[in-house]
Amino acid sequence: MSSKLAKIEKRTAYLLILPSVLLVFSIILFPIFSNIWISFKNVELKDLRIPEPRAKKLVKSIKDNPNQIKIIYKLRNSSLTQEITNVKFKDKYPDNIEPISLNNKCQFKSNLLKCELGNWPKKYRENLEIIFQNTNNQEISKKELKSYKPKLSGKSQNILLTYEFTLNNFKKIIKDKAFIDLLSTTFYYTFFGTIGAIVFGILAAQMVNQKFFGRTFMRSVLLFPYVAPVVALAYTWELLLDPTSGTLNNLLINYQIIDGPINLLGQKYVTLNILGFDFKLRLALTTVIIFEIWRYFPLAFLFILARLQAVPKELYEAADVDGANPLQKFLNITLPQILAVISILFMIRFIWNFNKFEDIFLLTGGASGTRTLPINVYQQGFSIGDIGMGSAVSIVIVVFLLIFMFIYFKLLGKRADEN
Amino acid sequence: MKIKNILTYCFISSLFLFSLICIWKILVTLQGIELINFNFNKLFIFGIILCVINLLIGKKFNLNIKLIILALLFSTFDYFISINLPIWYSFGIFLISLFFFNTIKNYDKNFLSKNHSSQKLFFNFLTLFGITLFSFVILFPFYMMLVTSFKTQALLLLNPLDFSINFAQGLPELFKSYFIVFKDYNFGRYMLTSTIVSLGTVIITLIFAIPAAYAVARLNFFGKNFLSTSILIIYLFPAIVLVIPLYTIFSQLGLRNSIEGLLIVYTATTLPVAIYMLQGYFKSIPKELEEAGIIDGQNWLGIIFKIILPLSLPAISSVALYVFMIAWNEFLFSLMFLDRPNTFTLSRAIQFLNVGAETPRQYLMAGSVVVTLPILIIFVYFEKYLVSGLTAGSVKG
Repeated sequence: MSSKLAKIEKRTAYLLILPSVLLVFSIILFPIFSNIWISFKNVELKDLRIPEPRAKKLVKSIKDNPNQIKIIYKLRNSSLTQEITNVKFKDKYPDNIEPISLNNKCQFKSNLLKCELGNWPKKYRENLEIIFQNTNNQEISKKELKSYKPKLSGKSQNILLTYEFTLNNFKKIIKDKAFIDLLSTTFYYTFFGTIGAIVFGILAAQMVNQKFFGRTFMRSVLLFPYVAPVVALAYTWELLLDPTSGTLNNLLINYQIIDGPINLLGQKYVTLNILGFDFKLRLALTTVIIFEIWRYFPLAFLFILARLQAVPKELYEAADVDGANPLQKFLNITLPQILAVISILFMIRFIWNFNKFEDIFLLTGGASGTRTLPINVYQQGFSIGDIGMGSAVSIVIVVFLLIFMFIYFKLLGKRADEN
Repeated sequence: MKIKNILTYCFISSLFLFSLICIWKILVTLQGIELINFNFNKLFIFGIILCVINLLIGKKFNLNIKLIILALLFSTFDYFISINLPIWYSFGIFLISLFFFNTIKNYDKNFLSKNHSSQKLFFNFLTLFGITLFSFVILFPFYMMLVTSFKTQALLLLNPLDFSINFAQGLPELFKSYFIVFKDYNFGRYMLTSTIVSLGTVIITLIFAIPAAYAVARLNFFGKNFLSTSILIIYLFPAIVLVIPLYTIFSQLGLRNSIEGLLIVYTATTLPVAIYMLQGYFKSIPKELEEAGIIDGQNWLGIIFKIILPLSLPAISSVALYVFMIAWNEFLFSLMFLDRPNTFTLSRAIQFLNVGAETPRQYLMAGSVVVTLPILIIFVYFEKYLVSGLTAGSVKG
C-alpha cells in the first residue's frame, strides 16, 4: 500500500516539475551548451538568415486575345552565400483556366500547378513564364489570379547544423594582445565595484541601524537605485556627467574647484599628481565603477542591515561596561558578526559584477577603456557580426563563472558546517 | 575636561555645520541662483566661535532660547557675508543652524569630560552627515530626471544649473514633454507592451513555479536534491552567456520581434528564482495541514489550491512583485530581440530614443520618468513584500 502511495507521489512530483524543467532546459541549459557548439564554428551574423526560395507573381494580359493570359514568376534565391537544393513550387488557379504549354518540370492537375525546380545556386534568378487560356470563354479575372500566392519550399544547408568545426575563434582569443587588457579591465571593474558596494553598504546599514526621525523612509530611499530601471538611471547619469551641459561639471566650475570641464565618461586616463608622483587613473572606468557602486550598494545594505538587527544588544551593553569606545565596538563586535554575510555578499556580487553588461553598455558602450568581457561578447557578436567569436568569449565567461561558483559553494558549505 | 575633547568638539561640530551649509548652497545653486563661493574660512571660524559660546553658556538658561539665539546669530552672519540672495535662502540657513544647535545642545562640559566623548561625537556627526549625504546623492539623479522633463531645450542650454520648476507657466506647458512622448514617440503603446510582458511573465512564472516548488518542498522523488541545487546554479548563470545562442535560435524560428519570444525568455530566466523562493516558504507550512487535507479526500491539486495557496499568499505576492520588477526593468533581451518599434518595451524604446539622432533630452528624461515612476510607486506601496523578495532573490542582480 505504502509503496503504491510512494509511486503515486513520485509520478505526481515528476508531473509537477516537468513543465518547469523543460522550459528551463530549453531556454537556459540548451543555449549554454549550444554556445560550445557555436564557438567552434565560423559563423557570422549574416549566415543566420536561412536561405529561402522566393517568387513574385506577375499577371499580364495578352494583346488581342482576351481568352489568354500570361503569368510570370520571378524566382530567386534569397541568400547571397548559400545554395538551395530540391526547390519545389506550388500554386493554385481558378477553376476555369488551364495552361497552354508546360515545360517538363511542371505539372498541372486539378487547378494546382506543381513544379520541381531543382537546385538553385547562390544569388540565383530565373523567370518562369506560363500562358493560360480559359476553358469556358469567360473573361479571366486578374484579381482572382493574383489572390493566390505561390508556395515554395527547398532544402538548404543550415550552417549551424553542419559538422565543420574550427579552433580559429579560440586561437584568436589567445593570440589577441588586447585580451589581457580585457581581462584586467573586467577584474578591476568587478573587484572595486564589489568592494565599494560592500563598504558603502556597511556604512549605510550602520547609519540606518540607529534611531532617528524618518528612518523607515530612509530605508526605502536607499533602495531606489536598485529598484529603478537601469536604462533610466544610466541616461540620467550620462546627462549629469556630460562635459558641456552636465550638472556636475558646471557645478564644479561654478565653485571654482576645477578650471575646465572633465569628460568623465569619455576620457580613458587622467593623470593625478599626488605628493609629487604622477598617477594614471583610468577615468571612464572609475566613473563606471562609481555608478555601479551607487546602483548596487543598496543590496549589500539590505543584507547587512538584516544581520545587524539580529546582533544581540547584550554584547554592546557588556562592551559599555568594559569601557570600550565606539570604534572598538565596531571592530570587535559588529564586524565579526557581519563577516559571514560580507563574505557571501562578496562572492555573489563578484559573480554578478563579472557578468554585468547593461550598466557599462548604456553609459559608455565599452568605449574609452571600459570594455569588459560581457561587453566584448556583444561587440564581437553584434557589432562586428562574428557570432562564433562572441560565443567563444561567452565560453571564457562561463569557465570563469564555474570557478567562482565552485569557490562560492565551497564557502557556503563551510558556513553550513560551522553553524 | 580634556583639552583634546574640546578641540575635537569645536572642530568637528563646525565642520559638520559647514558641510550641511554646503549641501544647502549646492541645492540653492541648482535653483538657478548665482552663488559662487562657499565662504569656507569665515563660516568655519564663526562656527567654531559659536560652538565655544554654546559650551560656555551650557545649561545656564532655557535651552530652546539658547539655540534660537545661536541660530539667529549664525544666519545673520551668513546674511551679511553673502550678497543679493533671496530671503528663503537665509531662512534655510536658519533652519539648518537650528537643527545643528539642537544636535549639539547636549554636549556640555559634563559630556566632554567623559571617556571616548570625542569619538562618540565624531561618530554621531558622521552618522548625521552620512544620512544627509546619502539622501542627497541618491535622490539627486531622480530629482534631476524629473525636473529636466519639465524644461524646454532652450532653458536647459541657457543655464544648466537651473533646476527650479516654473509652475507659473501652467500645467499643459509644464507637461509638454510628456504629451509629446506619448503622442509623437508612441510611448503609450510601449507602456502597454511593457505591462503585458511584465504581467504575463508574472502569471506564467507562477503557473509553472508553484507546482514545481511544491514538488521540491514536499514530495519525495528521485533526483530531488540534485534538482534543488541545480536551481541555484542555473540561477547564477547570467543573461549575457545566453544571448548569442538564443539570438541565433530565435532568428531561425522567427521568434524575434515577438512578445511571445520575450515572454518565453523572461519566464525561463525568472523561473529558477521563483521556485527557489517559493519552495523555501512551502517548507515552513506545517505538514499536518496537508495530512488533514488528505484525510478529507483531497488530491494533490486540491491540496495545492485549497491549503498551500491561501496560506502562502504573502510569499506569492513577494515572488510576483519581484518577477514583475525584473521583467519591467529587463533590458538586454529586449535590446537583442526587438528591433521593430511596434514591439518595443519601454526600456528598449528609451534606448532607441537615445541612439536616434538628437532627441532633445527633456523627451529622453520624460521617457525615463515614465519607465521609473510605476516601479517606484509599486516599490513604495508594497515595500514589505518587495524587500523580502529582494532579500530572498538577491543572489542575482
